[in-house]
Amino acid sequence: MSVFVIDPGAFTTVQDEGRWGYQAAGMPVAGAMDRYAHAVANLLCGNPRGLAVLEMTLKGGTFRFTEDRHSAIAGADMGASLDGEPIPNWSCFRARAGSIVHFDFAREGCRAYLAIEGGFDLPIVLGSRSTHTRSRLGGLEGRALRSGDRIEWGAAQGPATPRRLFAQFAPRHGDELVVRVLPGPQDDLFVDEAIALFFSAIYEVTNEADRMGYRLEGPALAHRGRADIVSDAIAPGSIQVPAHGRPIVMLSDRQTTGGYAKIGTVIGPDLRLFAQAKAKDRIRFARVGDEEAVAVLRDERARLDLVEAILREES
Amino acid sequence: MYPRLLQAGEQGLVIEFGDAIDPALNQRVVELAASLSNEKLGGILEIVPTYRSLMVYFDPLVAPRDKLGASILQRLSKGASTEPPNAPAMIVEIPVCYGGDFGPDLDYVATRAGLTIDKVVALHCSRPYRIYMLGFMPGFPYLGGLPKEIATPRLDSPRTKVPAGSVGIAGDQTGFYPVESPGGWRIIGRTPLALGAEDFLQAPLYAPGDHIRFTSIDRAEYERLAKARL
Repeated sequence: MSVFVIDPGAFTTVQDEGRWGYQAAGMPVAGAMDRYAHAVANLLCGNPRGLAVLEMTLKGGTFRFTEDRHSAIAGADMGASLDGEPIPNWSCFRARAGSIVHFDFAREGCRAYLAIEGGFDLPIVLGSRSTHTRSRLGGLEGRALRSGDRIEWGAAQGPATPRRLFAQFAPRHGDELVVRVLPGPQDDLFVDEAIALFFSAIYEVTNEADRMGYRLEGPALAHRGRADIVSDAIAPGSIQVPAHGRPIVMLSDRQTTGGYAKIGTVIGPDLRLFAQAKAKDRIRFARVGDEEAVAVLRDERARLDLVEAILREES
Repeated sequence: MYPRLLQAGEQGLVIEFGDAIDPALNQRVVELAASLSNEKLGGILEIVPTYRSLMVYFDPLVAPRDKLGASILQRLSKGASTEPPNAPAMIVEIPVCYGGDFGPDLDYVATRAGLTIDKVVALHCSRPYRIYMLGFMPGFPYLGGLPKEIATPRLDSPRTKVPAGSVGIAGDQTGFYPVESPGGWRIIGRTPLALGAEDFLQAPLYAPGDHIRFTSIDRAEYERLAKARL
């Protein structure tokens, strides 16, 4: 009734939709970095969208199933295999008791998701099973998985069957990204040239890129005055620019507040582009307005509704 | 110009009351947060009070930004006249064992200030500090009003590990680390009341707008309180 961790991979944690509601007390939200892949992995194996899954980073793990069970993968392509046979990405498969599921280095993208029929059955801590490693809270003992861990699964909630997602719903992950950004909340603290530069230059992902945030390399952005502000809240996708002028994009494990001016905010549906970006990937920021950003959010939800409807029809 | 509405992504609305660290500004943030918690507006997912602004996370497909912003501004203009002014502040006492291996930077703070260690401790315990906000990590209070004599800049190079409960100074701010973390504050003591993230979140000892007063305890009392918590 569980998945046994033979090798966790580079950095693997349990994540769901995140721990909302405690930011006023300073608790980061955490949650799956790629919310679309997380939701689709769950839907593929007959789960509701929000159940806990494993999020693997750059190099996936090796797992043994103790019983027969449906499972699904989505997100980065890590060349997954089931008992030595390749499994296509964005698909549901049936593992047998004793089956070994293996993931390799990411060939495309950065983060892969392994969902299991019924979800991973770990304690719900303050409304969520998401791991926040810096707070040592949630997931499995608040930490990344280790060899020898065993994670139970929960009761199946819907019918599941081996299948592949239609290709049109499976995004590919290139190494040149266009990420949509809403200016603000502190775009007025930058000189006009910095705003123009930000929306035209190419930035590169550095090695300092994790669940908390991605530091980028590229042209420095000049502030009108000081780079520091009276600390305020940091939204998902906030783009902080410290005095050195290079942007830092704040992601799932970000601290709740911070004191650097924020030139813009990556729109929610495009956060998955950062989730799948790795060092040396090149990024261009495209300016959008509120109306367009909301329309993209509506599209994202409609796409998931459609995926859910199609998968339900199939099973 | 204030209060003004700022945009933090398609799901973030910031209500900003000013651009300073000021108890009166912060009180307006705390009061709006209380008002929105007590009497909810549709579409709001979560609110985060900070020094001088309130972040409202919302679902724009349930509550369009313009409508929500207008409702909040309306709430503000209505609330101003009905809120009882200057509700008595709650003061939470935090016992601290100063110096020794608990406070590796206490000597530095004293030397830099040209004060004795006892005087630094007396000043640190001399007044209640307003909690402007919680952030950085679960339960970490940003406190204002540190006596100027003992204000000390951060470490040039942050420590990779600051033990839970460590009490520190950074510029004219003071506070303590509820959980172990890297950190650049000057550490002057440790409290046995370090709760850990989960305990704090389940039963927060304090919230923005409350006050914290530090009291000096000796090592024996520290050990006694630390044990009593188990």
